[in-house]
This record gives sequence, C-alpha cells and structure tokens, in this order.
Amino acid sequence: MPKDSGIGASSKRREDVRFLTGAGNYTDDINVHGQAYVHFLRSDIAHGRIKSVDTSAAEAMPGVVRVFTGKDFEGVGGMPCGWEVTDKHGAPMQEPPHPILAQGKVRHVGDPIAAIVADSLEQARDAAEAIDLDIEELPAVIDMKAAAQDDATLVHDDLKNNICYDWQLGETDDAKVDEVFANAAHVTTLDLVNNRLVANPMEPRVAVGEYKRGTDEYTLFTTSQNPHVIRLLMCAFVLGLPEHKVRVVAPDVGGGFGTKIFHYAEEAFCTFAAKACGRPVKWTSSRSEAFMSDAHGRDHVSKIELALDADNNFIGLRTNTYANLGAYLSTFSSSVPTWLHGTLMAGNYKTPVIQVNVKAMFTNTVPVDAYRGAGRPEATFQLERVVDKAARELGLDPIALRRQNFVTQFPYDTPVALTYDTGDYNGTMDKLEAAADLAGFAARKAESEANGKLRGLGINCYIEACGIAPSNIVGMLGARAGLYDAATVRVNATGSISVMVGAHSHGQGHETAFPQVVADMIGIDESMIEIVHGDTSKIPFGMGTYGSRSLAVCGSAMVKATEKVIEKAKKIAAHLLEASEADIELKDGQFSVAGTDKSVAWGDVTLTAYVPHNYPLEVEPGLEETAFYDPANFTFPAGAYACEVEVDPDTGQVSIEKFTAADDFGNIINPMIVDGQVHGGIGQGIGQALLENCAYDENGQLLSASYMDYAMPRADDVPFYGVDHSSQTPCTHNPLGVKGCGEAGAIGSPPAVVNAVLDALNSGGKAVDHIDMPVSPSRVWAAMNS
Amino acid sequence: MELSDNRVIAAPRSKVWDALLSAEVLKDCVPGCQEMTGSVEDGFEATVVQKVGPVKATFKGAVTLSDLVALERVKLSGEGKGGAAGFAKGSADVSLADAPEGTLLTYNVDARVGGKLAQLGGRVIDGVARKLADQFFENFQNAVEPQPAPEAETSDEGEGTEEKKGWFKRVLGD
Repeated sequence: MPKDSGIGASSKRREDVRFLTGAGNYTDDINVHGQAYVHFLRSDIAHGRIKSVDTSAAEAMPGVVRVFTGKDFEGVGGMPCGWEVTDKHGAPMQEPPHPILAQGKVRHVGDPIAAIVADSLEQARDAAEAIDLDIEELPAVIDMKAAAQDDATLVHDDLKNNICYDWQLGETDDAKVDEVFANAAHVTTLDLVNNRLVANPMEPRVAVGEYKRGTDEYTLFTTSQNPHVIRLLMCAFVLGLPEHKVRVVAPDVGGGFGTKIFHYAEEAFCTFAAKACGRPVKWTSSRSEAFMSDAHGRDHVSKIELALDADNNFIGLRTNTYANLGAYLSTFSSSVPTWLHGTLMAGNYKTPVIQVNVKAMFTNTVPVDAYRGAGRPEATFQLERVVDKAARELGLDPIALRRQNFVTQFPYDTPVALTYDTGDYNGTMDKLEAAADLAGFAARKAESEANGKLRGLGINCYIEACGIAPSNIVGMLGARAGLYDAATVRVNATGSISVMVGAHSHGQGHETAFPQVVADMIGIDESMIEIVHGDTSKIPFGMGTYGSRSLAVCGSAMVKATEKVIEKAKKIAAHLLEASEADIELKDGQFSVAGTDKSVAWGDVTLTAYVPHNYPLEVEPGLEETAFYDPANFTFPAGAYACEVEVDPDTGQVSIEKFTAADDFGNIINPMIVDGQVHGGIGQGIGQALLENCAYDENGQLLSASYMDYAMPRADDVPFYGVDHSSQTPCTHNPLGVKGCGEAGAIGSPPAVVNAVLDALNSGGKAVDHIDMPVSPSRVWAAMNS
Repeated sequence: MELSDNRVIAAPRSKVWDALLSAEVLKDCVPGCQEMTGSVEDGFEATVVQKVGPVKATFKGAVTLSDLVALERVKLSGEGKGGAAGFAKGSADVSLADAPEGTLLTYNVDARVGGKLAQLGGRVIDGVARKLADQFFENFQNAVEPQPAPEAETSDEGEGTEEKKGWFKRVLGD
C-alpha cells in the first residue's frame, strides 16, 4: 500500500503552491533601492579584431552612469574553467583567456564588447547605439573538422591550433583495437551528429549586484544552480574578493537544466560594477540575448564502430568524436565530452575492448557546456544507434541482441574507467516489455498501417553516472573542485527543523522530498521540516545541483547530519528518562526506554536542548549538526525505453504514439516527483530528437535565436508517458540507496525515438540507415525518397 | 546568399551606364532608400529603411564602386549598419552588353546579414533578398526606359490581371 508520508510517499510538492499562484521570488523580482540597469553591447559578427571602441558619445547620453569596455577589466581575472583535461600525449588542454568583456577580438555572435550602465534599461539600450565600433571582420571558424586543419584560422591567436585537447580513453594500443576489428565476424559503422541545443529554461538569466560601502560587503543575486560555486569562482579567480565579504543568493530559479551551473561574465560584471558605479546594478537577459549568451549543449560529430563475433557478442567498440566547445571554455565544458561522455561508452554492455577518441574544438560559436545529461546523452545516442543498426544488419531482434550483451555480474569494471556497483538490466528490460505491452505492438502496427501510416518500435537502453565523485579521484582526473555536498540540520526549540542544504532546487522538488527523509528518520510530520537553500550566508558550503546528484550526495549529507542530531537527542532523552543512552529508541517522534513504557516526546527533548535546566552536564546545549558527504563512487541509474512512432509516408511527419520508460533509480523517496522528472527529461529528449536545432550559417551568424526558428516541444508533440520504476537495485554506497533521476529521460529518449523512426521506415520497405536529429519531416521525407 | 539574373533594358548602353552611377537614380531605385549622396569617385552614403521578417530598421552605410570599366561593368559593394537590428552587407557585380532590344544587364549579387536580422530573419532572408534585388532592377528598368504612355494606370491594371491569370493557371496546372 502506498505510504502517505515519509520515504516512499507521493507527497504533494509544497513549493508548487507558490510557483503556481505567482508567489515565487525570482531574481528578476528583486529590486534594490537605487539600482541602475546594464545593457551589454554584443558582437553581431562571429569573429573580428577590435580596432577601437569609442564610447564618448554614449557616455554623454541621458541617464548613462558609466560605460565599461574590456579595458576596464584588464586588472582582474577572466572566467575560469573548472576542469583541466589532459590530452592523450600528456599535455594539459589549451586554455585561452575568457575576459568579462571582449579584449582584442570578438569570438562569437553575442560576445559582450561593452556594458552600458544607466538609470533605465531603455537609456542603456539607446546609448549602446551611440558606441562607435571599429572591428575588422575575420573569417569565422564554424565547421569543426575544418577548424582542426593545420591552415585553419585561429579562434585564439595565442594557441597553436583550434584543438583544445585530443583525448583518449580505454584501450591505448591502436594495434590491439585494429586487431579486434580485423578479426570481427561483423562490423557496424555509423557516422552521426548530436545536434546543438539551447537549454531554454523558462526564466532567462538575471543578475543583481549590490555593494555596501559602509561594511565593504557585496551581494550578488543570480539565477544559479550552485551559489557557493559561483561565489568561490568569482571571488578567487575573477574579481579577487574575500569570500567572507561576498554573499551570493540564488532565490527561486525557473529551471536550469545545466545552463545555470556555470559562472557567467554578467554575474561578475554586476558585482564589479556595483562598486565601480556606487549603485546596485541589474541585468535581465532578454530571450534573444539568452540564445547567444547562455551556454549551449551537445554539438558532437561522431563516428562509431562496433565489432561483433560470429555469435553476435560485442567484442570491440571504437569512437572518434569532434566536440564543439565554442569560442571560450565555459565552467565545466571541458569535462563534458571527456569524463562525462567517454566513461559512458560501455553502456549496459560487457564489450571487452573500447577506445574513445575525442577532439574538442574551439569555434566562433557560443560556448558549449553541460545540458541535461551532459555527455551521457551523446554517449548513449552513439552506442544505442550503432547497436540498433547492427541488429538490423544481422537480422536480429534488437532486444535479444542487447540482452545477450548485458553486464550481469556486479560490481563490474568497465574498460572505460568506471565501476558499476549494481544493476539488473535484464530485470529492467522485463519491466519494460510488460509496461510497454510489446506483445501488442504487432496489432498496433497493423492498425496504423490500415490508416496509411508506417509504425515503428524503437528500443533503447542507457546507463548514466550520477553524483560525480569521489573528490580525490575526480581531482586526479582534472577537476578543480571537490564534489561533496553539505547539510546543516538545525532543530529549533519547539521541535521544528530547518535543514540548510548545499543543493539548490529549481524545479526538482527538494523542498518536498528532502523533508520526507528527515521526517521518516525522526518520525515527525513532514510539515515540521523546512529546507533552506540558495543563500551562501545561510547554507554550508555545498556544490549545488547538477548531474542528478542532489539526493544521492546532498541528501546523504542530510542523513548523516540527522543521524548526529538523533544521537545527541538520545543523550538528552536518556538523561530525562534516567536511563542508559544505549537503551533509548526513537520511533514515531517518541524516545522510549527499550522494554519499558517510559518515553519522552521529540518536542520535550528539543526544548530541553535549548532550555537546559535538567540537562546532562557533559552535553553541549543546542541541537544543530552539520555533515559533509563525499560519495565513494558514482551512482549508476539505468533503464530501458520503448518508443512507438507513426510516420506519415507522404509527408515524413513523425508522431510519437506511445512512450514507455522503465528506470532503475534504486530506492525512491517520492514516486510522484520521480515520475515528473522522467516526464520532463523525456520531453526534452523528444525535443532534441524531433524538433530542436541550434543553427549557424557559414559566417557564424546564429540563425535560430527565437522561438520562430528554434522549435521547442509543445504539449501536442509529446504523448502521455508510461513510467515504471519498480525495478530497483539500491545504490550500494550511499545511506539512502538512491541513484538520481533528473537526467535519465533526456539521456534515454533520443535514441529510442530515432530507432523507432528507422524501424518504421525499414519495416515499411524504405531502406534507411540513419537520420540525424532533429528527425524533421523534411529529413524523413528526403531519406525515404533518396 | 548569392543570386544572379539578367534583364534586357530598352535603352542604349550609355544611358544605362550613366544611370547606374547616379546617386539620384540609385536613390529612387534602392527599395526603402531615404537618402543617397556622394559620387562615383568617393562612393555613396545611403540611408535605407528595410523590414526583414519581424525586424524593421534604418540602415546607414556606405556604397563603394570598384572594378569599374566604363560602359561594361562595375562592382557595387556596401555595408549597412542597423544598430541593434544588426547589419546587412553585400556586393553586386553588374555588367552591360548590347542586345537587340537595348542593353543586357547581368548581375550577381552576394548578400548577407548579421546580428538580430540573421537571428530572427534568417528563415526569410533568401526570399527577401531576391525580392529586393528584383525590385531594384525593376525600378531601375522603369527609371531608365522611356516613360510609359499617359494611360499608365490602365496598363498597370492590365498587368495585374495578367499576373492573376498566370497565378490561376499555375494552380490549376495549365
């Protein structure tokens, strides 16, 4: 029977009340007395040398407080990159400077050249038109393969070429890989593109910087997924400010999807300018600006080869990928095509020899960084497309081929640096076959055909690595940050609890799910517990929310801190009950002495902690504990997805008729929130598969910078999803046994959709090997008629 | 984008050539041109109001003439800056040759846009550029060819009807 509170209950998301009734407090809702507004003059060419920027006319315009250019930031640092990747020859990646405002050159459409601070936004915009720019246009570097040529124009003049790093993972001996392929009974090869995406959270980015002269203190309000990370990067690497004088607040944030992890120039600018101008400075991104200044996602061009023996066992896998990093290194961009992508190439399969090759390229485009899934969707798409193609070439059932090659023994050391602690891929596939009613597919296909439509079934398996850790290992791999998290459990005198967490909630439902855990541990009502997040002056130093890590990492810290609280509370209870601490039991909010009817309530103990009259002398007053938690390993959620599409043979239009997800997320705290996370992820995955595409022309002009040209999925593009998460192999190394569910849908769904379209076409008599995403009607029609 | 076409103008080459190098004629012919000043030697300064998709802007820019061979060919290059709307730049290689009915004018236009124009108007820019080029040379032809007879209005109507007929014919498949 479903529980109605605590762990396992579908408690209603308490934060939704304020979100749905207009009572949220977003960064743009924050207005500080006396604030000025900044408008960024951005490059409208992709690549050019700045010869002069004359701001004198703009400075004389009405309402203008000050105009800043790159020169104003020569004394401070640039935007840092948080992960140093070492290339396959042992050299560190090429790491060009990334100034707050362009210096010397502009390198992408949207690169900020000048910042105009004025009394009103309109005045700032008007003044921007009065800035006289002399920029010599240079050839734009757009195509990644062309960018890798020796004679290519350099995005960064000081680098030796446009290749940030040439990286390899897995088998280093090329001859050995060649031998595996030479001896293979069958080799399947596929060239594919993982299309460039723009995250498009509903709330665009906003920053408000404030400086108090009296106390020399700064406050930055910003749309961030990780305020402590922003404070550390901005203080230590960019502006050189003491952390204790800087407060970073990320209030309600209207969606992040990865794009709000990174430290952006606009944040550092507003903080810097608040002091320089003697006034608070506010920036609110317009949607057009978001398209050319938010970090983009994906954008890989890959060749993948799969070798099989005569019995259809996978014996070798080799990939060669060009990964676009854009014009500058965004905060975690370098880690995405490497440690978040190459490590996932084993997927759910026991392929013994794997070699992953990645060239990461600088181009004259917006920086590319993590977007929901970050590297793992790119890995899964390649692998699951090539497995599907192999099944078709060999005339095998795609599910049987997958099952035959599944990893079944755990822990399992992959050839690409990971150790899967647990999983049950066959069990999850069983759940999928039942939940998706695959037995009934033939009848549904016949019905579609009777209506003149081609119907296809696409299967996909995925594994992801969440809660990236432990810190000592990722440090060896180049991470310049720790990857632990932290929580402080502050019990108030009357028994209610504030939990200050390092994770940030911007749609994930932490404010509901986290209290369920603490409530369950103590046996009190969830409503007695409040989550505090998003303000560096209130919360301990945690790393924020990304990579489906919040519950697995920060939730574990919260469990550890709660355990400390309970331990101390038991000491107080033992004193009140005149019993031995070892005999005290906590159940349903009552401390009792084992084997007796003596008990004392949670609230009596907490009050005693703060009014310690009758109190054990050796115990400190108060009831507040902090824990930091550094996981021992990644968590490995995995799943099997099934997508059924109908293709209109006359128009190439694809419609998704049925989508079923069977996921193994380990233990689940709130099934309804997990459903919602999976729904959202699949929606974004379907967006990538069918609709979304960020397009540049050969001159580096961004062609898809509005919703007229960048197609976001709408309600009628997605079906009602079937979601099953009853396959549960709990994570073996965190106290909750949870794995993370935030990104799974976006990782698992794109290959399922594309596999389904290809099944529809091939089973309908159209021999088509591959169609790149987005699988638009024109692409499908062209493939059918080529 | 690139586009090229040619048209026959019922006027002698010298007249077509002179018109091509006249700021006044160009002002009348460039669609949306508000102002055009300058000379062949120094180039022209132009102000043009144009709408591409949802973006309407005033472009200020310079047009320079190069590769000039009298009566034969000229290259017109220009860049217009539209402030927040972005920019448009391009060049047109125009060449003249004798034709039985007058002068054969051939042009190759290479045009591109940037900034907001590309971001919001990229989808429609090819069509817009083609339309503007057509309009320009249509205007140019009208400016250079002998003035139409006084009953211009009737003939305009006549043309309209013909166009409509053509359209119906196409839809109905001959």
